[in-house]
Amino acid sequence: MSKKEDFVKFDKVDKSYDGKVLVVKDLNLDIKEGEFVTMLGPSGSGKTTCLMMLAGFETPTNGEIYLDNNPISNIPPHKRGIGMVFQNYALFPHMTVFENLAFPLRVRKISKEDIEKKVDKALAMVSLSEFGNRMPGQLSGGQQQRVAVARALVFDPSVVLMDEPLGALDKNLRESMQYEIKHIHESIGVTVVYVTHDQGEALTMSNRIAVFNDGKVQQLSSPDKLYEEPVNSFVAEFIGENNTFAGEISDISNGSCKVKLDKGEIIANPISVKSVGEKTTVSIRPERALIDPKDKMDNNQKGKIEEIIYHGDHTRVRLNLLGNSEFILKVPNSSQNLDIKLGNEIDIGWNSRDARALDPK
Amino acid sequence: MSSETQKILSTDGIPLEESLKKAEKKNKIKAFLLVTPLLLFLIITYIVPIADMFSRSIDDKMVTNMLPKTYKAMEQWDGKELPPEEVFEAFYLDYKILVKNKTAGKLQTQLNYEKNGFKSVLKKLARKQKKFEEGNYKEQIMKVHKRWRNVEYWRAIKRRAPAYTYSKYLKGVDMYSNEDGKIVQVSEDRRIHRILWSRTLEVAFFVTLFCFLMAYPIAHLLATLPMKYSNLLMICVLLPFWTSLLVRTASWMILLQQQGIVNDFFVWIGLVADDNRPEMMYNKTGTYVAMTQILLPFMVLPLYSVMKTISPSLMRAGKSLGATPVVAFFKVYFPLTIPGIGAGCLLVFILAIGYYITPALVGGASGTLISNQIAYHMKSTLDWSFASAMGLMLLTGVLVIYWIYNKLVGVDNIKLG
Repeated sequence: MSKKEDFVKFDKVDKSYDGKVLVVKDLNLDIKEGEFVTMLGPSGSGKTTCLMMLAGFETPTNGEIYLDNNPISNIPPHKRGIGMVFQNYALFPHMTVFENLAFPLRVRKISKEDIEKKVDKALAMVSLSEFGNRMPGQLSGGQQQRVAVARALVFDPSVVLMDEPLGALDKNLRESMQYEIKHIHESIGVTVVYVTHDQGEALTMSNRIAVFNDGKVQQLSSPDKLYEEPVNSFVAEFIGENNTFAGEISDISNGSCKVKLDKGEIIANPISVKSVGEKTTVSIRPERALIDPKDKMDNNQKGKIEEIIYHGDHTRVRLNLLGNSEFILKVPNSSQNLDIKLGNEIDIGWNSRDARALDPK
Repeated sequence: MSSETQKILSTDGIPLEESLKKAEKKNKIKAFLLVTPLLLFLIITYIVPIADMFSRSIDDKMVTNMLPKTYKAMEQWDGKELPPEEVFEAFYLDYKILVKNKTAGKLQTQLNYEKNGFKSVLKKLARKQKKFEEGNYKEQIMKVHKRWRNVEYWRAIKRRAPAYTYSKYLKGVDMYSNEDGKIVQVSEDRRIHRILWSRTLEVAFFVTLFCFLMAYPIAHLLATLPMKYSNLLMICVLLPFWTSLLVRTASWMILLQQQGIVNDFFVWIGLVADDNRPEMMYNKTGTYVAMTQILLPFMVLPLYSVMKTISPSLMRAGKSLGATPVVAFFKVYFPLTIPGIGAGCLLVFILAIGYYITPALVGGASGTLISNQIAYHMKSTLDWSFASAMGLMLLTGVLVIYWIYNKLVGVDNIKLG
């Protein structure tokens, strides 16, 4: 069976709660069948609202949402057949784990034997087979989370929505759960729409990420593209770390441009600038700038070390470079003896294609 | 390895367990001292009065103390035929003292409870006995009134011999022990208490039910509305709660009387004819309406406090898992509110079962409850032992309900706030 291209489709969706402010503006989003799409954004960016509209707990003010080519705005939540994992798990506290998982099957009037089979299978999938008779209150946060995931999947929904499901877990557990959810998704091939504000989570788990800000999707692409090739300065800022220079285009030709800063000039890769005189923000990832580069690089500058922060596997060095005193470098922690001492002047180099000239902030 | 070496010692060599006890002893004493005032208060205001009520309800020493010689002499009497001369003599001597001390009236009243018509017999004896001669009291007493020849009157005296009696409890359920000592029901036209008990239970049950039906949606609204509306609603719930009980009952009297506002309204909308206004007060209707309104907050508040803790995402989860709103409500929301329902129902039922002022004011003849009967015996007949007995029966009833509730729902599940 071939995967459908736009299995879930947001078509020009607007949403306003009070008739004055649009929480979601003209949202267009296509999600493939079997895809793991994350909606990532700061709080208040409209990502949870989008999820709630898809689940059926909110109605779009304008526009339409399609599930498998059927408009679903007028279908109540219980008829949509969409599984959902809630932020606080929302396990039914008066039912055992087994009953929680059996709930969606019982309301669908499935036979007892089938219910038992399906629940056992779902519990085995999240390795909680021994816990069927426990009450949710007797489980740890991670176990409750796994039950919630199993419950959202047990009735074989076509789409599963997850609303910041890992927010309440501690860091280690969160990381292992990320892999677990990713593996479950890979093994059963369900379409997942995942909401988070944690970019690490989004980068680890997703096929594609939709970065939300201000009610709009800023960029929808795969994690590596999002990180390597942000299309605007919000995405560059929001995803990963980022060194920026604000300046003005002084020359543009053959896929590269010169940006005039307050102090000095750098060569950059024009992404969202087209003509001389435009204002721009140049974005460079910290790991793309090297100390004492051996190969020839088209940007070479000198910077003064202002702060050194030890991070175990790497060291972060804050430099004052071209008038920017917040320029961060990541230096891998190797035995290589570099001249990193507070106050030293060092040579820094980067390639112009890694310096992306984006829209001004 | 011996157990001595296994014992963990604190740094100064004392076993850890001991030094822990020592360190915590002070705290325990402090904690106890803190609760002592409350404990004393409870004992003085609760345990002592109940104990006093109990002893009063079974106490029957009055007659026993008034006729000490008689009862001593009666010990040998089997009660089948007229008692021997010694009993007559002892009774004569006891009664003489009572007449002299002017306390014979109490005895007359008490014995009249046992046997109707005893009072006049005793009064006659009081008048005649001044002229009695020494010796052969049996003949002399029997001559005063022919009823003294009837063995039943002597049995009536004997029945009051024990210092304790449960006859008040029997009376509370319209029963008594007859001349032969058998427990039988009183004649049908005098069975008033059983009607009152069943009416009390019925009113308490229906008031609880009405309160539940009305409070559930109110509490749900309170728990789910946005803050600015729910605060207003909360004030609407609490405002009557803060108003004096008498004022509220009186205002129901104004509303419900035949020329009252509710009847006027019914006439105005044409529901009833002006000359055929229904009676809504001085009967059970009035009791139901007023008590439901007055007890409503006791149901709303526990329900609200439970509903407040139920996350709205649970209902959403239910719906997203495929349950219709109705199914989600009954499978998810409703079971979670049971602790609040239990607490509210228990509270309202227990309050209703002992309710006094409202049924007294708006209940009329067909709307009064057992508590009104207790008050009647406290204030009018001054039969305090009977009032105590009925009070204790009420208390026992409440405890039984509490016990049943505990078996069914579990008291641990109650949530009051």
